[in-house]
Amino acid sequence: MVTLTIDGQPVEVPEDFTVLRAAKTLGITIPTLCYNSHLKPYGGCRVCLVEVTPSGGRTGGGLVPACAYPVQEGLCIETDSERVLQARRFVVALLLASAPEAPEMQELAASVGVSAETFDKTDAVGQYLLRRAAKPPSTRCIKCGLCVRVCDEFVGMSATTFTQRGTDRKVTTPFGKISPTCIGCGACAYLCPTHAITIEPAE
Amino acid sequence: MSGSTTIMLCAGTSCTTNRCVAVREALEQELAQQGLQDSVEIVDTGCHGFCAHGPIMTVQPEGIFYQRLTASDVPRLVSEHLVKGQPVRDLMYTPPEGGPTIPKLSDIGFFGKQRLIALANRGLINPESIDEYIGRGGYDALATALTQLTPEDIVKEIKSSGLRGRGGAGFPTGLKWEFCKAAMGSPKYVICNADEGDPGAFMDRSIIESDPHAVLEGMAIGAHAIGASQGIVYLRDEYPLALQRVNIAIEQAREYGLIGENILGTGFSFDLTVNRGAGAFVCGEETSLINSLEGAMPEPRTRPPFPAQCGYNGKPTNINNVETWANIPHIIARGSAWFASIGTASSKGTKVFSIVGKLRNTGLIEVPMGTTLRDIVFDIGGGVMNGKAFKAIQTGGPSGGCLPAALLDTPVDYESLRKAGAIMGSGGLIVMDESTCMVEVARFFLSFTQGESCGKCPPCREGTRHMLNILTDITEGKGEPGDIELLEEMGAAIKETAVCGLGNTAPNPVLTTIRYFRDEYEAHINDRRCTACVCKALITYSITADMCTGCHACFKNCPTQAIVGQVKTPHEITQSKCVKCGMCKTICKFDAVRCE
Repeated sequence: MVTLTIDGQPVEVPEDFTVLRAAKTLGITIPTLCYNSHLKPYGGCRVCLVEVTPSGGRTGGGLVPACAYPVQEGLCIETDSERVLQARRFVVALLLASAPEAPEMQELAASVGVSAETFDKTDAVGQYLLRRAAKPPSTRCIKCGLCVRVCDEFVGMSATTFTQRGTDRKVTTPFGKISPTCIGCGACAYLCPTHAITIEPAE
Repeated sequence: MSGSTTIMLCAGTSCTTNRCVAVREALEQELAQQGLQDSVEIVDTGCHGFCAHGPIMTVQPEGIFYQRLTASDVPRLVSEHLVKGQPVRDLMYTPPEGGPTIPKLSDIGFFGKQRLIALANRGLINPESIDEYIGRGGYDALATALTQLTPEDIVKEIKSSGLRGRGGAGFPTGLKWEFCKAAMGSPKYVICNADEGDPGAFMDRSIIESDPHAVLEGMAIGAHAIGASQGIVYLRDEYPLALQRVNIAIEQAREYGLIGENILGTGFSFDLTVNRGAGAFVCGEETSLINSLEGAMPEPRTRPPFPAQCGYNGKPTNINNVETWANIPHIIARGSAWFASIGTASSKGTKVFSIVGKLRNTGLIEVPMGTTLRDIVFDIGGGVMNGKAFKAIQTGGPSGGCLPAALLDTPVDYESLRKAGAIMGSGGLIVMDESTCMVEVARFFLSFTQGESCGKCPPCREGTRHMLNILTDITEGKGEPGDIELLEEMGAAIKETAVCGLGNTAPNPVLTTIRYFRDEYEAHINDRRCTACVCKALITYSITADMCTGCHACFKNCPTQAIVGQVKTPHEITQSKCVKCGMCKTICKFDAVRCE
């Protein structure tokens, strides 16, 4: 067992816990997006970033993904410092701007204080992302990778994968054809946070 | 001439593209014709670094240096120098700024301020001959490490040398080794990161091409210290010559029993394989490199766990850059105190840089840490070419920063560069002159990192795209007031939230050009002007009637027939036809074409 401090509250948890799980035992909610407790920590979407604050000789003080960051003895974490909230709003605004029509994204954004209407007028970045930036091609996919990872790690079929890189990154099947390994289990569609995947009955 | 004369002919990538192979063939033919084939030996060496002047060679033992050779120079060179013993002065180096011709390599300013450790053997040995490497003391350090030092001694030695990672981040190498050595798990791996991806950077390639055994020896010493039995060289596939030479070196070392089973009878076994990287910039980041080695998508992993605990195949892994490895044999052979005596308080030893851009002497150099940018640009690099004024120097490649003339006295060490908003990076230095638009430069570098973003995290994937769009708008005359602050805020947020070094540093060129060249951004946005006359949407070419002699040169060369006018009368530019290529301005001998 290790003892750490989250938002000023000490907590004792098993050594293999992540910061996210430790926070949960204290009833502290950290928003997540690409996280699923059955899958390996990925740390991709950056929605769950929390701040490691210097303590007990620790230097650093960076932002780390709570879902993937292992607990350590004496670790001090802030989940709602101004720095964390600002980083979270930035990341969520980026994601919302990439799939503005997805209701689930609008909901997540609203829960952390991000929407085109309510965005703080002094926040130039948020204003730009949600008002001025060119609208992306219509998509619900926010490239969190849950579908790819569940098929690989849990189902074991790897029927889909990411292709390309950067903004061209997209989830697809081998050669864009119906995947020969897909068993139609629907796990990907079930996990997709924005319902970008639909299951159609075979003809 | 008689006795043993050796021609050290540079066969690095740059000289090879400048047709040194034709020079070699001509030499062989001419030597045979003069009956000198047995008394004069030709040795193909790795890169000398004086790339702007290739193909180059030195004639040993006198050390006479010839440059910019062509096959047609060879008959004269052989008959004058090698037959009559009269070196050919007009094939030697003459400083472009004036002064007498310099016969010897060591007397040339470009080489004078350099200090070679990682490149100690460049130009002196045939990189494809292990005997020549051993002849220069090669593999002595490995023998010492295996027979006289314990792994603890080696780690201690590297720690006290103060060597820091040459790939860019500058993490203390000895400490990194100590973590991996202490980690539980077997087997352990050592990896050489040779996935040099910065545009215009070729330090690692040149080290491998000119002295591959130094890298292998360093890896073997590191493996012994850490307790690894397997090494992997991750080499980008765009480096065919480096690939060929590292493969030859591995085979030779294996043949000599310097890698493989039971090395030098000490019971230590270590072998090496080469993995060819398929060309993703993000693979220079060590966890992405490990992903790539395992056959997965190259994207960074979250840390901890660090590769030292859980790296390749989930085993303890130590990754160092080519240049870091090449320093190791020298530290073991000459001692940590010697190494620590070179450089600054916090950055020890030397650093290899590729110096490119608008410089007279573009090429590859190695200088002590703490050398100023001014010394590199002017004393070694020979200053800016074509008599133009220096404007900025980009350190650290596309994710580094652009520093202005006022900061030329910045010493090159990790802390000073970071303080200035730039980074050491792996050692790319790009010099820009007054004709460079700093907004366009920032846009160019960001377009590179944006295109190379793996796409795992939104800040790097989406954030850099938005920044690039804003910058493109500014260069196209569509910038809005407040865009500078917007770029600053977004850049800072991306640096803070991205997963790996790629996203953490991608905004640097934008942030540093805003910091040091804010007036150029303001001119683009507020006045719709590009002061360097680069951004086409913001410039207009015109002809000053008073100065135009009507020579018709611009008329004849305009690709779109945008210029009208009779011979001997002032010409004019039809703006609707002008594509702003600048040909008229370049061609005009009377300075009559203006760009504003």
